[in-house]
Amino acid sequence: MEILIYGTINSAALALYALGFAMVYGVSRLPNFAHGALYVLSGFMTWFFLNSLGLNYLLSVILAMLATGMIGALMYQFILIRIRGMEISEIMATYAMGLAILEGLRWGGFKGMTYTLPAFIAGSTTIFGVSVDYQRLLVVAIGGAVVGLLWLFTHYTRMGLSLRGMAQDERAALMLGIDSDRMALVAMAFGSSLAALAAICLLPLGNIVVEAGYNVLILAIAVCIVGGLGSWMGAVLAAFLIGFAQILTVVYLGAHYQMVVALLAIILTLIIRPSGLFGRQKELEERV
Amino acid sequence: MQTGQQRKERIDRGIRIRSDGLYALMSWRELSYLTLPRLALIAGMLTLPLVLPGMYWQRVVSIACIYALLALSFDFLAHFVGLVCLGGAFFVGTGGYLAAILNTSFGLPPVMTIPLATVLGAALCTLLLLPCLPLRGVYFAIVSLMYPLFAMRVIEALNIFGGTDGILGIDSFSSRWTEQYAVIGATLLFLFGTRRLVNMDIGLVLRGVKDNDQAIRASGMNITRYKTLAVFIASAMGCMGGAFLVHIYMWSGISQFALDFSILPIAATVIGGSGTLAGAVIGCLILVPISELLRDFGTLRIVFYAVILMGFIVFRSEGLLVYGQRKYHQFERWTTRL
Repeated sequence: MEILIYGTINSAALALYALGFAMVYGVSRLPNFAHGALYVLSGFMTWFFLNSLGLNYLLSVILAMLATGMIGALMYQFILIRIRGMEISEIMATYAMGLAILEGLRWGGFKGMTYTLPAFIAGSTTIFGVSVDYQRLLVVAIGGAVVGLLWLFTHYTRMGLSLRGMAQDERAALMLGIDSDRMALVAMAFGSSLAALAAICLLPLGNIVVEAGYNVLILAIAVCIVGGLGSWMGAVLAAFLIGFAQILTVVYLGAHYQMVVALLAIILTLIIRPSGLFGRQKELEERV
Repeated sequence: MQTGQQRKERIDRGIRIRSDGLYALMSWRELSYLTLPRLALIAGMLTLPLVLPGMYWQRVVSIACIYALLALSFDFLAHFVGLVCLGGAFFVGTGGYLAAILNTSFGLPPVMTIPLATVLGAALCTLLLLPCLPLRGVYFAIVSLMYPLFAMRVIEALNIFGGTDGILGIDSFSSRWTEQYAVIGATLLFLFGTRRLVNMDIGLVLRGVKDNDQAIRASGMNITRYKTLAVFIASAMGCMGGAFLVHIYMWSGISQFALDFSILPIAATVIGGSGTLAGAVIGCLILVPISELLRDFGTLRIVFYAVILMGFIVFRSEGLLVYGQRKYHQFERWTTRL
């Protein structure tokens, strides 16, 4: 029972990490290696709004999400737009940006155990004999809500449909009058806000540390690759797969192996089936 | 006259055309035009340890040369074979740990451990990377980025090879001059070796693998065999760098799988000029001392070179050496548009 409940919570957390990354890659084929950095940055921004400016918690959360979305959009508009389509340059430029943000934060003195966010609702409850605090339940609820809203957004609104159109076939979308650069910009802003949302839900469970940026990036990549790059629902399913695998290793092998599982999942998936478990196989694009 | 009426044209210098091919042997002037840049690099690198003040900066040169070996391996794989390997740290770590084990457990001297670690490490890396060789583009890049992280976590979790403490008590070189000249010699050897290699027939095939692997396949050649060979050569360079590193620091630990060894060589290659091989070495000789100078600023130096890298990728993707070559071989002048 414990495994089932904590596995679900861990999976929801992984899905939250990965959705932003999956969204950006799915729409604009842009692997956003600055994802983890945006996650940490938004955590610190919320902390700053909350403690240094003394704003209301809800207000600072909304502000942090908007600001992170803004940063993502600026990154796209001024830097990434120039190297669209050059895969390696994209990886290196986004990675360099992430590195600059993370190490800049570390240099700015944002390290140690002093930075924590308060939980939305304190306290805990017991489900089937397992004690769970409300924040973790909230993570599952928000994770489910985000997946549901994203599904509604991409299926029933004009902008969501254009994003999906871009994801499926960029040229056809261009012919139908969808502005590819604008949509990529929107996707980048949305993806960054999703990273911020993940940070705000998950950071109250621990401290805000710079190192989390690298781990979040690896986990997000692991989920997206196992689910198939560019497939959103695949990412959600893969989050459950990896989430439960991680909890099982923690219970039966030890906490050291948690990250090993994620990395092994990436390597094995890429070797055996590069388009992921739920992606469409595009034999010629990915392997010889 | 409006500027819109004029354009800049680039014309090859006469001496470049005259010194093309066998005619270069006709006069001393043309000979020196061809050989001077190369000789300047060799002579410059050989005199560096002599002119630098103090042991600290001599050590920096050794480290720069190790990074240069890594940058060469990245440049060779990425721009001549089409495998973008973001996991240079994996080569360093494998070579480093092998040299450390050979030295501490089997008692071999550095003269033996470095070549052995190079060959064995390259074989090991090639074997481990073999399953992902059919992958292309971004898929290979991500999987190779994950290899060093994976190795790091495995060593941490299994607590093998000294766990997080690493392996201590490794022999150093007999004197700092042997250390310096061994590293510099290896760098120069591999630089000119790979330059030669990519201009031979096999280099042509490798570039074919990069540009159009289906055509190579249609010519009845086995792509995987050529990729394996290329990975072996590249990982040999990385492993040699790692072996030198552990003997210089007399210590081998999981920080040899750290991202530094993957990112700095790539940054150096981009700055020096992608696909020129010599540019990778020059980039390291520029970037490593700068990052040493910035050591006082702590992690700000990582921010600094991340920003440089980003700037070069986005705004000056040709790199310094390509720019320099253009100025050396061609002149520019304004002409009126007809």
